[in-house]
Amino acid sequence: MFSEASNFVKGVDTSLAVILGISIFFLIGITVVMIYFVIRYNKKRNPKATNIEHNNTLEILWTVIPTILVLIMFYYGWAGFKPMREVPDDAMVVKAYGQMWQWTFEYDNGKKSDKLVVPKGKAVKLDLISLDVLHALYIPAFRIKEDVVPGKTNFMWFEARKLGEYDVLCAEYCGQRHAYMISKLIVKEQADYDNWYINELGVSTDPPGLSILKQNACISCHSLDGTVLVGPTFKGIWERKQIIIRDGKEIEIVVDKEYMRRSLNKPNDDIVKGFNKGLMISYEDKINEEQLDQIIEYLKTLK
Amino acid sequence: MATAISTEKNFFEIKKGIASWLFTLDHKRIGLMYFYAIISFFLVGVILGLLMRLELIAPGETIVKPTTYNQIFTLHGVIMIFLFIIPSIPAIFGNFFLPIMLGTDDVAFPRLNLLSWWLYVGGAVFALLTLVVGDGPADTGWTFYAPYSVQTGTNVTLSVLAAFILGFSSILTGLNFIVTIHRLRAPGMTFNKMPLFAWSLYATSWIQLLATPIIGITLLMIVAERVFGIGLFDPSIGGDPILYQHLFWIYSHPAVYIMALPAMGIISELIPSFAKRTIFGYKAIAYSSMAIAFVGYFVWGHHMFTSGMSGTARVIFSILTFIVAIPTAVKVFNWVATLYKGSIDVQTPLLYALAFIFQFLIGGLSGLVLAALAADIHVHDTYFVVGHFHYVMFGGTGFAMFGALHYWFPKIWGRMYNKRTANIGFALLTVGFNFLYFPMMILGLMGMPRRYYDYLPRFTDLNVISTVGSWILAIGLIIMLWNLIRAKKTGEKVGRNPWGSISMEWQTKSPPPLENFDKLPELNEGGPYHYKH
Repeated sequence: MFSEASNFVKGVDTSLAVILGISIFFLIGITVVMIYFVIRYNKKRNPKATNIEHNNTLEILWTVIPTILVLIMFYYGWAGFKPMREVPDDAMVVKAYGQMWQWTFEYDNGKKSDKLVVPKGKAVKLDLISLDVLHALYIPAFRIKEDVVPGKTNFMWFEARKLGEYDVLCAEYCGQRHAYMISKLIVKEQADYDNWYINELGVSTDPPGLSILKQNACISCHSLDGTVLVGPTFKGIWERKQIIIRDGKEIEIVVDKEYMRRSLNKPNDDIVKGFNKGLMISYEDKINEEQLDQIIEYLKTLK
Repeated sequence: MATAISTEKNFFEIKKGIASWLFTLDHKRIGLMYFYAIISFFLVGVILGLLMRLELIAPGETIVKPTTYNQIFTLHGVIMIFLFIIPSIPAIFGNFFLPIMLGTDDVAFPRLNLLSWWLYVGGAVFALLTLVVGDGPADTGWTFYAPYSVQTGTNVTLSVLAAFILGFSSILTGLNFIVTIHRLRAPGMTFNKMPLFAWSLYATSWIQLLATPIIGITLLMIVAERVFGIGLFDPSIGGDPILYQHLFWIYSHPAVYIMALPAMGIISELIPSFAKRTIFGYKAIAYSSMAIAFVGYFVWGHHMFTSGMSGTARVIFSILTFIVAIPTAVKVFNWVATLYKGSIDVQTPLLYALAFIFQFLIGGLSGLVLAALAADIHVHDTYFVVGHFHYVMFGGTGFAMFGALHYWFPKIWGRMYNKRTANIGFALLTVGFNFLYFPMMILGLMGMPRRYYDYLPRFTDLNVISTVGSWILAIGLIIMLWNLIRAKKTGEKVGRNPWGSISMEWQTKSPPPLENFDKLPELNEGGPYHYKH
């Protein structure tokens, strides 16, 4: 009956089926009775109404029965939920970083991936870390979701049961490109996973500067091809003359290393004309001098 | 007391001119001023909603950019919640009919009542100012969740100040109604002989009075955070975003009952009036309003089931949420039982009441899915939630308001609308409504998150159906309003009691005179719904 992509599908779908089943029964039942009464006791058929004040038996019944039913619903909800909070001791831990508007997954060797790759049949625990605002990591096929809250490490865990690729979405509104904060969960056999972990994780054919831009979610707002997203495009940005707004005044600057450092450290101080402030976090302690030089080398190639 | 005031002229005729409205102390005129303001904002909200649906008719960019879309859904939410649905029934029909149904000439504090209206207008002006000053309206969603709301460059400060001012309007109206109900009931009208609409307003008013200050202070804290960087909610300066969510929902869940209880009161009036028999289980309905108002304070945590609360807290909030469903279920059973052995006159207001029951049931039952911990984990913050609360708020409260409008229209304006056109409007509205919102529930079960500017291709078909539904609904709405506007000018004049109801407001003239009654109203023997056959 259930296609069990994860160990939680059964519990969640059972609680959904129980509640929706009882609900549909009551919805149809009450609606049919209501329509029947309106027809049967129409003033043409029934010109004289009867006053019925109340009926104790009936009223006790329709209080007690729904109470029992909702307690049954509560039980199934709780039973399906309880294991979600009980992480097995041997679970493999992956850090999941959410930031506007990208997911990044960091494995125990410190290497990062923009896709979540896991072995089938092994418990995986995700430590959920936000770098800016609220997000929620949502894997619909696995029936799991948990908010990613800045200043607080939430967690979720699962065991993948079926090979394949699944959507990883953001379910908590996080600003302009919330709908595009999408990643993939890829479930591999253990051997394939090991192979990926050793040979592919963290390995990239990109120039080092581009890798840094990708890992820090820079390119989810600053495009490489001239498209205007949330911030100015990186294409041709190096040594470009730019009108910015500083302290409420328009001034013209040239994009050099000093300007870039300033923008990384205090992104809200200088705003390029036509864009909004308040959207970028400070990268002061996230990007060091060496990395900035690599980024600049790469930006020089984007003409 | 009333001897000096003419009962020949109705409350429209007794004084003319714009100042006689803007500074009136007459609860009926204040109710009507609320009506015009609230309906105007409702229409703005509807247009914003139609734009959202149009954007979502296909994946990718359709008519607006993502930031504009985010501002549209925020403004849609702020307008519909704070300017339409919270004030709607209490401020319009509560103001107009509560004193009449209690058999008195006005609310307890008429000047405070006028102040409430002016605060409403003041709050609305602030909300509109966000459109024209600074960097545009807020793009945070109506929940203003921190830390995004602290960081975004859009006009969050003005928006939350608007909500803050509107909160005072709501608090003062609540206070006014509580005192009115305690002090101004007609001689002989004990609490247990009071109309159920008054009971529902009584329960609502307590929530308005006690819960609204919490949102007021919370919104001020957002402003303080943005302006002074105090470090309350933004973790980058030492705050806690979860604290904001708790404070926000401690008000905003009870606020759901501010929106729903008056609607339940309307339905409790409409059904006996058209079934021509006594309401089944008067006390159960009256006291369950109070039970809902009370238990409703303790369920806010279900809005935060995925925010990382402890397992224990989630279990407690889940079970409490299920319990609040019971008094609501009891009311539904009572309404349906009231149709049993009635002599039912199927008129437009009753049709709205029946649609209310059907749609409110879907809204309520889908709420059970959200109350269950496991099921909620999957559908939390998806379109399932959007479908759910529109079924409760629009399919429930909105339809009850339209029902009330068609029920009391002849009393307020002294004329009757074209019933056939009204029924056509009703049918289109109902069909459109269900096409608009039912697909959202399925989209949610399929895993489409809410507040999505764009979506995966597999969600396309249901989004198209939903958008087409929004057009049908819009046509229904236009027909309904056009029919009523026409009736206000040219409708057939009616007497005191066109529906043959025994409720007290039908004893006076239509429209009523300034002090409501031209002769002393009489309490119905045997209770407010005891029809004699």
